[in-house]
Amino acid sequence: MTSVSGPLLKVNNLQVDFGSGDTVTHAVNDISFQIRDGETVAIVGESGSGKSVTALSLTRLLPTPPAHYVGGEILFNGRNTLALSENDLRKVRGKQIAYIFQEPGTSLNPVFTIEYQIAEAIQLHRPDVTDVRAEAIRALDLVGIRNPAQRLGDYPHQLSGGMQQRVMIAMALACQPKLLVADEPTTALDVTIQKQIMDLLRDIKVKTGMSIMLITHNFGIIADIADRVVVMFRGKIVEDGPTGEVLRHPKHPYTRALIDCVPKLGAKQRRLRAIDHAEIEASA
Amino acid sequence: MTSDLLHQILRRRAGAFCLVVLILFYVAAFFAPLLAPYATSDQDLTKTYHPPTGVVWQEGRLAVRLYKLVDPTCAKYEAEPGQFAPIHFWVKAPTYHFLGFIPVSHRLFGVEAPARLYLLGSDETGRDVFSRLLYGSRVSLTIGLIGILITTVIGLTVGGLAGYFGGVFDSVAMRGTELIMAIPGLYLIIALRAALAKYFDDSDQIFILIVVILSFIGWAGTARVIRGLTLSLRNRPFIYAAEALGQGPVTILWKHLFPNLFSYLIVTSMLSIPGYILGEAALSFLGIGIQEPSTSWGLMLSQVQDLKVFMLNFWWLLTPGLAIFITVILFNVLGDVVRDIVDPKLKTQV
Amino acid sequence: MNAPATPLLQVENLKVHFPITAGLLQRRIGEVKAVDDVSFTIERGTTVGLVGESGSGKTTIGRALIRLVNPTGGTIRYNGKDITFLRESQFRPYRKKIQIIFQDPYNSLNPRLTIFKIISEALEIHFPALGLEQRRARVAELLGKVGLKPEHMDRYPHEFSGGQRQRIGIARALAVEPEFIVCDEPVSALDVSVQAQIVNLLQDLQEELGLTYLFIAHDLAVVEHISDFVLVMNQGKIVEAATAEAIYQNPQDPYTKRLLDAVPKI
Repeated sequence: MTSVSGPLLKVNNLQVDFGSGDTVTHAVNDISFQIRDGETVAIVGESGSGKSVTALSLTRLLPTPPAHYVGGEILFNGRNTLALSENDLRKVRGKQIAYIFQEPGTSLNPVFTIEYQIAEAIQLHRPDVTDVRAEAIRALDLVGIRNPAQRLGDYPHQLSGGMQQRVMIAMALACQPKLLVADEPTTALDVTIQKQIMDLLRDIKVKTGMSIMLITHNFGIIADIADRVVVMFRGKIVEDGPTGEVLRHPKHPYTRALIDCVPKLGAKQRRLRAIDHAEIEASA
Repeated sequence: MTSDLLHQILRRRAGAFCLVVLILFYVAAFFAPLLAPYATSDQDLTKTYHPPTGVVWQEGRLAVRLYKLVDPTCAKYEAEPGQFAPIHFWVKAPTYHFLGFIPVSHRLFGVEAPARLYLLGSDETGRDVFSRLLYGSRVSLTIGLIGILITTVIGLTVGGLAGYFGGVFDSVAMRGTELIMAIPGLYLIIALRAALAKYFDDSDQIFILIVVILSFIGWAGTARVIRGLTLSLRNRPFIYAAEALGQGPVTILWKHLFPNLFSYLIVTSMLSIPGYILGEAALSFLGIGIQEPSTSWGLMLSQVQDLKVFMLNFWWLLTPGLAIFITVILFNVLGDVVRDIVDPKLKTQV
Repeated sequence: MNAPATPLLQVENLKVHFPITAGLLQRRIGEVKAVDDVSFTIERGTTVGLVGESGSGKTTIGRALIRLVNPTGGTIRYNGKDITFLRESQFRPYRKKIQIIFQDPYNSLNPRLTIFKIISEALEIHFPALGLEQRRARVAELLGKVGLKPEHMDRYPHEFSGGQRQRIGIARALAVEPEFIVCDEPVSALDVSVQAQIVNLLQDLQEELGLTYLFIAHDLAVVEHISDFVLVMNQGKIVEAATAEAIYQNPQDPYTKRLLDAVPKI
C-alpha cells in the first residue's frame, strides 16, 4: 500500500454532460469535493441532481455517449481516473472503489450461488488468496449473516431483500476496497431493514477503516453515519460541511428545505414542508 | 403510434429502401393483369425455352428483336439482324375482370402476334416467365400476410386469454399448443394436404387451404409467447387500476393489454412472413402446393427441376428463386429495422 | 366528534388465503395466509394508516377491499352493507365509491395511452352520458385539482416525473367521485421531497372532498403524520391498533417499538 499525502479522493471542477449540440444537459456542472481516508461522506440531492452521475463517474462507469466527461479531474490516491486507460481502470473498479446499488435483487446473478459470486469477486481482485471459501465466509460474517457457511450454497432468490443487500456489501468488502460507493443502498428496502443496513455500514467503517461515499435523497438516514454532507442541486454543490453543522445550521435554503421535508415522528405539523424549487432558484 | 413508426422507418436508409421496394412488389402483384403482357397459360409451342428478347430503340419507338430457332434439339435461338417488332402501349387484349368485377380489355404493353415479347424468356411450353412471375407474386406475397393475420388472431386470442385468466383454461390451452408443437411440421402438412385435397380442387381453394395449414402450425408458438407477455403485463398496476374502475375483461384485454404487445407483434410478424413465403415455395416444390393452371413462385421453381434447364443454361427460369430470395431478405431487414425502432433497450445505445 | 351510527367501512375477521398448487392438475398442496383474521373499522372522513413491512399482508388487505383479490372468509361491510362475496356485477356500484392509488408510478399508468384517455376511461364507465367535450373539461378540472395543467392531458406518461405520475394516478381515482380511497404505498417509491408534496395533496383533497383514506405504508413517520388511527400489521395479523399519538407515545407491541426505532431521527 502506497501512502499518498492528501485525501483519498479529490474531485476538482468535474463536469459531465449528456447529449450534444442543442440538447446537451450539464448533469454535473463544475463540482469539487474530497473524501479523506476513513471518512464517510453523504451526497444528498433529489432525483436528477447529478449525485448518481458523480458516483458513477469516479471509475468512468457511465456509457459514452451519451455521457461526456467534459472537464475537471478525479484524483484517487493521486491518480486521475479520468485519464487512466480502460485496463488500469479495471484494476481500480471493485478492487479500490467498490459499488453497491439500490436494487440488490437485480445486481446479483440469479443463476449462481452466493459462494460462486463472492468467490468470483475475490479471485478477480485478490489472486493471492488461497482459501477463497474461507474468505467468502469471513466476508458474510462481517456483514452480519448468521451461519455464513450454510448460506454459501443459497441462490439470490432464496434471500430477502435485506439479506441480498448484505450479500452485495459482502461481495464489495471481500475485495478490501479503499472506498465503498453506496448508491441509495436502502431506498428499496423496508424501514427496519434500512436501519439494519445503515448500522451495518457504520460498523464496517469502524472495523475496516475504509471510506464510504453514501448517495441518498433522504436527509433522515445520514445523521447517524455521515461525517460530512455534500448537498447537490441541479448538477452543482450548494453546501458542503460537517454533518452536525449542516443539520443544525443549514446555510443554503435548499439544504433547509431538504431537511424540513423529512417527516418527523410526533412533530404534530399539519402539513409537511414541500420544496419550492422556483423560490430556491431565485434565492440561489 | 403507427404513423410515428412509419416516419421512423423512412428515416433509416435500410428501412426506407426495403419498405419502398416491398411496396413496389405489392403494387406490381396487385396490377399483375394490367402489367403482364400475357395470361399465365398463354402458350406458344413454337417458342419453347425462348431466351429474353432484346429490347431496342428503333425508328423512334421501342421494339423487340425477332429470333429464329436454329437448333430445336437444344432450343438454340439466334437474333435475326434487322428484324424488329414494335412494342405498343395500352394494347387490346382478351377481356378479363380486374378484381373480379371491373371489365378491362387492355394491357399496358405488348407486341403484335405472331411476335412474342419475352422480357424474362419463356418456359418449356413457351409461356412468358415475366407474366407468370407477376401472377405468381400474388400468391407468394399475400400468403405471408394472410398467414400472419390468422396466426396473430388465433395466437393473440388463445395466448391473451390464457395469460389473462390463467387457471384451467390456461392449462388446457398450453397443453394444446404443446401438442401441436410436438408434431413434426412437414409430415403434418403433407398428411393434411393429402387428406383434404379431394375436397378442394379449385386453385383459389387450394391457396386458402395451404395458408390455413401453415397457420395451423404457426399459431402455437405465437400463443405461447403472447401468454408469457400477458402474464407479466397482467400484474402491472395499470391493469389493476382498470379493474378497480370496473372495466370489463374484454375491454382491458383490448385497450390495455394488446396495445402493449403491439411492438412485439409487429416485429415477429415482419420476421415470420418469410417463413410463409418459403413454406409455400417448399410445398409447391414438392408438388403439393399451388396447382396448374394457377402459378406461384414455388410452383415455377418446381418446374425447372429438369436437368435440361441446368445443362443448357436456361438461367431465366430460375428468376422465381431470385424473387423469393430478394423478398425474404427485404422482409428480414425491414423486421430488424422495426425491432431497432420499437425496442427501447436498443434505442438508448444509438 | 359526533360519529355517524355506522362507520363507512367495517372489516371483521377478514381472511385472504392464497392456494399453493403443484403438478399438472394444479393440485392444491397448501396455502399462504396472507391476511389472517383481521378486524378494523374506518369512520367516514378519517384516515386510517396501515403500517407493516413487505410480506406483512398490508397490500393484500387493500386489494381485498377493492376486490382485486377475493376474500377467503370474514365480512367487509361498506356503509353497513355486506359486500364481501358480491358477484362482480353486484359489486360494480361500489367501484364508483371505492378507488385505489398504487405505489409504483412507473407501472400504474398504461404507457400507450395519453393522460386524457387514462383519466377519461373512468368517466366513460361511470358517467356514460358525458360527451367528448364534457369529458375533456372534466379531465382538465381533475388535473387542476391535483396540481397539473390542462395542457398536460394530451401527453403520454413517459413525459412525466415520478411525482407527476402519482398525481395523474390520483386524478384517475378521483374521476369517479369516490368516497373511499385505498392509498397503497403512494409515496414509498418517491424522493422525500416529492413525498411531502403528495402527502400534502392527499390531505388537501381529503379536506376539500371529504374523502376517507386507508393509507398503507412501511414508513411509520409518514403514517403517523397523515393518519388519525394506525394499524400495525405483521405476518398477516394486526398486532396493534391505536390512535396516532398513542402509537408514538406509548407503543405496546414489541414489533411496533421496532418500527418506531427504525424511523430515522434528525
